[in-house]
Amino acid sequence: MNKLIQNEMMKLIAKKRLVVIALIIGVLVVLFTYAQYKEVQREREKLGTNDWRTILQQQIVDTTNRLSSNRLSDEWRQQLQISLQQKQYYLDHDINPAEPGAPTFMRIFLENSIDLFIPLMVMVIASDLVSSEHSMGTVKLLLTRPVKRWKVLMSKYITLCLAISLIVAIAGILSFLISGVVFGYKGWEAPILTGFNVTDTGLNTTDVKLLSLWKFLLMDFGLVWFVALVVGTLSFMLSVLINSTAAGMGVMLAALISGAILSNMVSSWESAKYFFMVNLRLTDYMQGSPPPIEGMTLSFSLLVLFIWWAAAMAVSFIVFTKKDVY
Amino acid sequence: MEKDITLAVKDLRKVIGRREIIKGLTFDLREGEVFGFLGPNGAGKTTTIRMLVGLIKPTSGSIEICGTNIEEDFQKALGCLGCIVENPELYPFLSGYNNLLHFARMLPSVGDERIKEVTKLVGLTERIHDKVKTYSLGMRQRLGIAQALLGSPKVLILDEPTNGLDPAGIREMREFIRFLAEEEGLSVLVSSHLLSEIQLLCDRVAIIAKGSIIRTDTVEKLLSNRERVAWRLSPFEKGRDLLAALTPIEDADNQIVLTEFNEQKTPEWNRMLVEAGVSVLEMNRKMPVLEDLFLELTGGETIE
Repeated sequence: MNKLIQNEMMKLIAKKRLVVIALIIGVLVVLFTYAQYKEVQREREKLGTNDWRTILQQQIVDTTNRLSSNRLSDEWRQQLQISLQQKQYYLDHDINPAEPGAPTFMRIFLENSIDLFIPLMVMVIASDLVSSEHSMGTVKLLLTRPVKRWKVLMSKYITLCLAISLIVAIAGILSFLISGVVFGYKGWEAPILTGFNVTDTGLNTTDVKLLSLWKFLLMDFGLVWFVALVVGTLSFMLSVLINSTAAGMGVMLAALISGAILSNMVSSWESAKYFFMVNLRLTDYMQGSPPPIEGMTLSFSLLVLFIWWAAAMAVSFIVFTKKDVY
Repeated sequence: MEKDITLAVKDLRKVIGRREIIKGLTFDLREGEVFGFLGPNGAGKTTTIRMLVGLIKPTSGSIEICGTNIEEDFQKALGCLGCIVENPELYPFLSGYNNLLHFARMLPSVGDERIKEVTKLVGLTERIHDKVKTYSLGMRQRLGIAQALLGSPKVLILDEPTNGLDPAGIREMREFIRFLAEEEGLSVLVSSHLLSEIQLLCDRVAIIAKGSIIRTDTVEKLLSNRERVAWRLSPFEKGRDLLAALTPIEDADNQIVLTEFNEQKTPEWNRMLVEAGVSVLEMNRKMPVLEDLFLELTGGETIE
């Protein structure tokens, strides 16, 4: 099995796909960093230079005053306290809340690339892993070795998992390194709000707490990796089912884009929540933004994605081991 | 003594949809022989070969490679088989060496030593580290064979091995296949739609049309009318009588004598004629007409 994975890795590296993906990510990160930098500059001009500390101090004083009032509801008081803690941290650590450091940039980049950009990169590798063997004709050599077919497919799948992990890592590392040149590498400990619960009655903030950014990032990475794995497995299945790489890519691309569109318009069509593509924005749950369809929660989305993943695995392996190769 | 049977196919059938594409094939391959699979395009040669190498599952029937049933123990059966199905499609973006390494890793205990050995055997040592996309078709064909030989197989299956090669390449391939069968004792199954090729290459031939084997026999027996030599002699009568004493004369009119062709004896006869004072004006070797036989057997289906 190890040798088979070595083989797949050798082919993957020889195709230079990972280099291309790293280049694409690098170029995009440079673009986004520049855009963010422009935004920061505009903010600065609006507020006048260097007085963000005074503004922050003023805000802290305001909040403390409001907290001393006894007409506050408990819930509101708690929120104010959290926001106070956050502002105090920024002041203590000399961080301008309007100017993100590299870790914050990384978080924003990950959260915005989870439903389209990262899946797209994963697709570039996953969608031709099996179908390219068909189009090159090498599948005839691959399957006439004294190796069981499921092992051949498993070696390809494990390679895909490794490649996905690598892509997510590349996205993280590049966004951190490149944006840090402009924004500085500080801010790992910056507090961030999480723990929102969307319930029938609205946003439930009782479990909201402050989390260090690095812990938050770790969770973000986990979610991004999971989404990438599910999307990768689905493209892998299409690659097994459809012998043409272009057709497989087209189907997957259509599904991903339709997911982005559907999320904006299906709030009344409830059963649409079982589609995998409207469940991809997992990181949004961490921030407490309302889900596209009522009743969707982080665990619901994780479960839906898991079921799609399991089905794709089953279909891939059954079809690949049974089908006649012409 | 009969040699060992290395590949045994019994009543092999394949049904796709409602159409029976392969209608019960039975044949065996023996050690050290080149077996030809001859038939027009669409007769079922490639489908049969794909069933033999495990790419297509037969509807019924059995395939045994070196005594192991392919469906019972795929790994063991395929372990003693090397094959090229259609063109040798290798990874163009890898070097020849890496291609061999790739397939060696899929075989039990094939090391660097064996890779070097087969590379040398097919004469690719100098170019082995170049990318396959820079190879000529002939080199790819040879790399394909190297890949098939990696696991030291007992049975070699080659689908249209000379497809797309130039005459020199075809000749080289033919000699190489004969070498493998005679010196290394491999059983080689070769498919082709070219009569001339099968005739020069194979010991036994199965003629297949519309999914059934019409006839299996040695090449010599299939060619009931074998190669002959047409002699034009002067003086005619004297020459004819002299030849008649040496070998049965099949036909003698229009000043031409037809006799059997025999690699060893024909030059001898020629020498004797000349020594007896008969001038040999023309010696013409007549190729046999397997084509006619084929057309007769397949009921007029055309082949190239």
